[in-house]
Amino acid sequence: MSVLIFLDQSEGHIKKSSLEAASYGAKVAELLGTTADAIVLGNVAGDLTTLGNYGIKKVHTVKDDTLDHVDAQVFTKIIADAAKAIDARVIIFSNNFNGKAIAPRLSVRLKAGLVSGAVALPDISNSFTVKKNVFSGKAFAHVSISTDIKIISLNPNSYSITTAGDVAEIVAFGATIDMAKVQVTSTDKVVGEIPLSEAEIVVSGGRGLKGPENWAMVTDLAKLLGAATACSRPVADSDWRPHHEHVGQTGLAIAPNLYIAIGISGAIQHLAGVNRSKVIVVINKDPEAPFFKAADYGIVGDAFEVMPKIIEAVKKLKQA
Amino acid sequence: MKILVCISKTPDTTAKIAFADNNTKFAADGVQWIINPYDEWYALVRAIELKEADPSTVIHLVTVGGADCDPIIRKALALGGDEAFRVNGDSPDSFYIASQIAEIAKKGNYDLLFTGKETIDYNGSSIGGMLSELLELPFVSYAAKFDLEGNTAVIVREIEGGEETNKVALPLVVSCQKGMAEQRIPNMKGIMGARSKPLTVIEPVTVDALTAIAAFELPPAKAGVKLVSPDTPEELVRLLHEEAKAI
Ligand SMILES: Cc1cc2nc3c(=O)[nH]c(=O)nc-3n(C[C@H](O)[C@H](O)[C@H](O)COP(=O)(O)OP(=O)(O)OC[C@H]3O[C@@H](n4cnc5c(N)ncnc54)[C@H](O)[C@@H]3O)c2cc1C
Ligand SMILES: Nc1ncnc2c1ncn2[C@@H]1O[C@H](COP(=O)(O)O)[C@@H](O)[C@H]1O
Repeated sequence: MSVLIFLDQSEGHIKKSSLEAASYGAKVAELLGTTADAIVLGNVAGDLTTLGNYGIKKVHTVKDDTLDHVDAQVFTKIIADAAKAIDARVIIFSNNFNGKAIAPRLSVRLKAGLVSGAVALPDISNSFTVKKNVFSGKAFAHVSISTDIKIISLNPNSYSITTAGDVAEIVAFGATIDMAKVQVTSTDKVVGEIPLSEAEIVVSGGRGLKGPENWAMVTDLAKLLGAATACSRPVADSDWRPHHEHVGQTGLAIAPNLYIAIGISGAIQHLAGVNRSKVIVVINKDPEAPFFKAADYGIVGDAFEVMPKIIEAVKKLKQA
Repeated sequence: MKILVCISKTPDTTAKIAFADNNTKFAADGVQWIINPYDEWYALVRAIELKEADPSTVIHLVTVGGADCDPIIRKALALGGDEAFRVNGDSPDSFYIASQIAEIAKKGNYDLLFTGKETIDYNGSSIGGMLSELLELPFVSYAAKFDLEGNTAVIVREIEGGEETNKVALPLVVSCQKGMAEQRIPNMKGIMGARSKPLTVIEPVTVDALTAIAAFELPPAKAGVKLVSPDTPEELVRLLHEEAKAI
């Protein structure tokens, strides 16, 4: 038996969220007294033996151009076949867009219980129980899996990448690749920006900034901090900012190390998308703004006055 | 064209989250139930728009749950569904729910099956994928735009850091999110009409759940906010660097 981790790539690079899944999977394997294998589909640049660094013993690869686009149905079949071939008892995904498309299908195909949105290592002391996020970050559930094969998809930014300094063995997996029924006609990626779901720091603006012409205070700070930018729903709805920046209940849910909210009231539906952030900073001129209840640090003040000074101070810090 | 829209009930987005029975059950007392926002605003409304474009379209709704789901499903009928099924089974296990929906789907011969991207209570994001595997159909997740060109669906879906345009021949399963449609409010005619639309209660098929919720837990309360004076905002930067070690 072994643990199998699906490593997701984008344009030839293994995603950060997948390296978290690799580190998590390696730890699960250690808990179960076994080893961790990974599967990588499509063409990946660089040396995959370095995945040993994250605790992976063996990397099963299927190099085929058709696998550079993810088709949930095609991927599910290959991963299921690989899982059977190596007798994988626990299969790990990152709970990112691709994980959300593939893991549920695999769950049905292998009749393997799935916990999606895991935030901690499984508890294997008596049954196999995984802590996951529920109620949009407002609570956790401990979910037990009763099947022989178990699937966990790990929320991005909830497990730290660990390094082991080993070298992984690479083996080509002889997969039967089905024809994809979903045809990808175009992809449109925001270039040069850090994807919001992977960012460690996020700077976010709300309606308190009055209009898109004032967004430099958000984007400048983000640039200095190497952060991604986000916004509240009304900001995206008024087209002040692009829709993919909208966080919250109906937008993206994120869990960065640091979330800086400027001119956002902190409505419960906004909090639902950001309350898993490790450190929350709120800048709002209203001392009664609900966001302060969820914050770690705050300034009750006018963003137009305090932000230039904060940006100056960060510049100084970065130069030091 | 026949469309099946999966409708689930969730606590109102502002509901207080608390647990009962030794933290094994959601404390539902006094909670206002709503249609899961993704199911209502995006999946259902887009289906209604497709029917408006082609009036021969038939929209069926399905929910898996107890009789307390009836007001929710009636509201969905008032918005524009033609006929609804409630599978009288109650389980938080995604495989159980997906298997019940698959039974309905197999009988109905649908061209399109819509789900929301996730439920805002269990946050599984699983039912759509499971349903597609049970039915051996293609699955497009996190769709932000959906159009039809004859028998081909043209879908824009979200991927990490961007979007991708997909073309797929019907039938298929699609999970829906923001961008698909705009929220609507049921009108009087819809509400009156919904009363006479068929809502059939079906007993569940036997399915073994693959998972079970052992316990819930609330996150620890925050220690409280540390306020920095607006006169010395640079102090905030120092704290974030030295104390929180976040920058
Ligand atoms: C079902 C449902 C789902 C929703 N989903 C989402 C979601 O996903 N994401 C989301 O964000 N919202 C969502 N909402 C909307 C949410 O309820 C709030 O309306 C929204 O988050 C408010 O956005 P805001 O804080 O930017 O604006 P406002 O509520 O208008 O707040 C602006 C804030 O800026 C402050 N301010 C004003 N001027 C200044 C200044 N000069 N300096 C500093 N501060 C200033 C004000 O004190 C105020 O607190 C949802 C609502 C519903 C009903
Ligand atoms: N009990 C249910 N009955 C019908 N549809 C459901 C049910 N639960 C979830 N769904 C559908 O599946 C989607 C994803 O749910 P989940 O996988 O639980 O996040 C929802 O947005 C609904 O469209």
